[in-house]
Amino acid sequence: MTYIAKPKLHHPGLKPNKLGFTHRDYEGSISTLCAGCGHDSISAALIQACYELSIEPYKVAKLSGIGCSSKTPDYFLGPAHGFNSVHGRMPSVLTGANLANRDLLYLGVSGDGDSASIGLGQFAHCVRRGVNMVYICENNGVYGLTKGQFSATADKGSRSKTAVNNDSPIDLVSLALVLGATFVARSFSGDKKQLVPILKAAMAHKGSAIIDVVSPCVQFNNNPQSTKSYDFVREHNEAVNRIDFIESKAEITADYEPGTVTMVRQHDGSMLKLSKLHPDYDATDRAKAMAYLQERHAAGEVVTGVLFVEEQADDLHDALGTVATPLNNLTERELCPGSAKLADLNADYR
Amino acid sequence: MAPTDVANPNYFHKVVDCQWACPAHTPVPEYIRLIAAGRYSDAYMINWHSNVFPGVLGRTCDRPCEPACRRGRVEEDPVAICRLKRVAADNKDDVRGRMPQPAAQKNGKRIALVGAGPASLTVARDLLPLGYDVTIYDGDANAGGMMRTQIPKFRLPESVLDEECNFILDLKPTTKFGHKIESLKALLAENYDAIFVGCGAPRGRDLEIPGRAEAAANIHIGIDWLSSVSFGHTTSIGKRVVVLGGGNTAMDCCRTSRRLGGEKVDVVVRSGFEEMKASPWEKEDAMHEDIPIHNFLVPKEFKHKDGKLTGVLFEKVKAEKDAKGRRNLVPTGEPDVLFECDDVLVAVGQENAFPWIERDLGLDFDPKWDMPVVDEVTYQSTNPKVFFGGDAAFGPKNIIWAVAHGHEAAVSIDLFCNGQDVKVRPSPLVNLSSQKMGIHEWSYDNDVSLDLRFKVPHAPKEKTLRDVNMEVELGFTRELGFKEAQRCLNCDIETVFAENLCIECDACVDICPEDCITFTLNDSEPVLRAHLTAPAANLTQDLYVSQELKTKRVMVKDEDVCLHCGLCAERCPTGAWDMKKFYLETAKAGSCSR
Repeated sequence: MTYIAKPKLHHPGLKPNKLGFTHRDYEGSISTLCAGCGHDSISAALIQACYELSIEPYKVAKLSGIGCSSKTPDYFLGPAHGFNSVHGRMPSVLTGANLANRDLLYLGVSGDGDSASIGLGQFAHCVRRGVNMVYICENNGVYGLTKGQFSATADKGSRSKTAVNNDSPIDLVSLALVLGATFVARSFSGDKKQLVPILKAAMAHKGSAIIDVVSPCVQFNNNPQSTKSYDFVREHNEAVNRIDFIESKAEITADYEPGTVTMVRQHDGSMLKLSKLHPDYDATDRAKAMAYLQERHAAGEVVTGVLFVEEQADDLHDALGTVATPLNNLTERELCPGSAKLADLNADYR
Repeated sequence: MAPTDVANPNYFHKVVDCQWACPAHTPVPEYIRLIAAGRYSDAYMINWHSNVFPGVLGRTCDRPCEPACRRGRVEEDPVAICRLKRVAADNKDDVRGRMPQPAAQKNGKRIALVGAGPASLTVARDLLPLGYDVTIYDGDANAGGMMRTQIPKFRLPESVLDEECNFILDLKPTTKFGHKIESLKALLAENYDAIFVGCGAPRGRDLEIPGRAEAAANIHIGIDWLSSVSFGHTTSIGKRVVVLGGGNTAMDCCRTSRRLGGEKVDVVVRSGFEEMKASPWEKEDAMHEDIPIHNFLVPKEFKHKDGKLTGVLFEKVKAEKDAKGRRNLVPTGEPDVLFECDDVLVAVGQENAFPWIERDLGLDFDPKWDMPVVDEVTYQSTNPKVFFGGDAAFGPKNIIWAVAHGHEAAVSIDLFCNGQDVKVRPSPLVNLSSQKMGIHEWSYDNDVSLDLRFKVPHAPKEKTLRDVNMEVELGFTRELGFKEAQRCLNCDIETVFAENLCIECDACVDICPEDCITFTLNDSEPVLRAHLTAPAANLTQDLYVSQELKTKRVMVKDEDVCLHCGLCAERCPTGAWDMKKFYLETAKAGSCSR
């Protein structure tokens, strides 16, 4: 960790966003993670994405579980709401919070231990319910806080300084696709050019957006035989598309070759322009995406990009038919509409 | 861009903006850290070695370092470097024991110095410990030159000047004070091995407009009048005074007038207030003493009645740019303005005058300016035995320039007297060493202070205006000095990048509070400058470009607004960034090998 606070002074040429904030205004307290941790880059990408989207920090809730990754919400968006839950239980707390107040942007920040081991059941259920959230798994393949034992996402045969992993890995991206997530992406902490637009698109997405971010653990899993090291990911990174996030009010120009670009319109009117880097890849076809992922994983590649996105997806609130007003804003008048209404309701059951 | 060669001393020297801007290249951040540590004597000695007159300069320097200070680019004001220097001088212990001793043995070379101002005294200080037999000539009875005669004592107490002149006189030069050199030919005939001319720019420019001769009794040349006040010959002035001119001499004239009986003192300048040559703080100090500064007024006539000055008539002008973009002052056509007054002080510039240098000595003069031809690096004239420095070399500048000239001239004289080529200059002493003491421990305080610049306390105006010898500025207290010192960004602690260690994790990019660092594909400088994380618009500041990294990208750091907080190095997992202290001491006489 670092002993001094990051100086408040900033570059005189920083441009403020629509709200008048610079990206420095989206920072949190200084990171206590190890120097060079990929998670810090993900925090920086989140800061950049929120700054670029001119998000008001008080309209964001950051929720996390336990682990290195789950410490990071302290390091970005200081003025946002936050909840550091029990190990692996972030999805439940997030679901509850989302049900109570649908107006906030929910950032679920978790890690491979928190999501794929102790919290795997929680992960599965919040994805299949379509909770409107951005679920970020900061995936380094090891338990950093307990000195680097392999986690459930470590690839079979991956080596750390002292051990070999013989178990099959859990691939959260494939799992999310099976479970019906409507926005699935994978990225790399060392590639903000890709990660920032993915985060922006996910924040604009309605429904459960799952982003698996490979984030090297410099301390315990950045050795030459690791499949989650900076060098390995850079060498084996197979990006399927280049992402341009276009805000709803921006003008859209069609200056691309037919068949090279997939345009996806989201609920809030924003557009996602996916320029194909792989000719056959179709990010709107769930089944093909799953097959492609299996195939490339077997070949030892790390597939990144927006892997699947469902246009005009629905979320948990649509399924439940809840009112547009956040439930926590309903007053006694709406919640207790009187005995006449109660009589009507009871009559339905007779 | 080609990778940056950080082994070239100029690269990091430029990053230390204050030191680079200082003519004497004083290692500013180093002494500021010592002040913060309460090591005033050590801070003083670093200054003394570099600029010879820390106590004087800490009160009077024109401070080229401050406009250059990086702090001024990341917040409102630069560090008060000049007044911190004074803190070191005010709070030092007795440093006489740390001063060089007179040479035990003379080397047999005889050097004459003309003038006992800052340039000559610097030459004396550099040459005396080496064994040179130095003789200093000056028309005045004491050493100091213009520091003594033209800087009012309310800005520079005599005791401060005496102390620092004495450090040099303690090295036992032969002093011929009260002995004005009237002929260079005669001096050359005395067979000195070398002669240094540091006689200043002793002539104040006059203003030949109607009425000058008739009202002469009440029209004074600024620098002569200041000398006269300094020697105690002049002790009063009229109640209403007009000071003509906008330089620092004009500011000294008007403030001195206020102390000698001037009740209504006005400064009048030809051009605009902004264009005035006086330092902003000197203008402020004058206005604080109820002296208005009137601008865009060109003196037209001295009004007089019965042989006595009654006022000055001015024409109103405005600045206009002509077709070629040159700025001209043109009359506005409004009625002339009359300033009624009892005395006028003319402070419209100084000139060099060398009536005592014969023109048949092989010492060429520039026909246009009638100034000696002097080499800008060696300070040697076309007569190889004669060297120049200070205002005598290239016209009026400031004390710190005179000191810088003196050092270089002393190097030249030392080379010359040893039969070496004066054009081959000795290299500076340069050191670059890591400041890392532990995982997050540095040998400097890297926590950046957010304090704004502190003001130097002044003595109350009611008191200072009554006594021409009472110092106005009280100087920073130790407490304020500490706080001001903490504002220094330690620009001499350099961010040094080792590309072979970098794993391109982006930690430094993410943590940098000033968005200085970018990893990108290499390109030409203009393209890189436009596409960095934060655009690098300040072209006076370099880009630090690494060798190509594993991903074929390069690290580019814009030096412009780096806070030298070291967070890049703290967050670097592999030690690819290190914070190394850059220390540069210019070569002094005697440092060349032989």
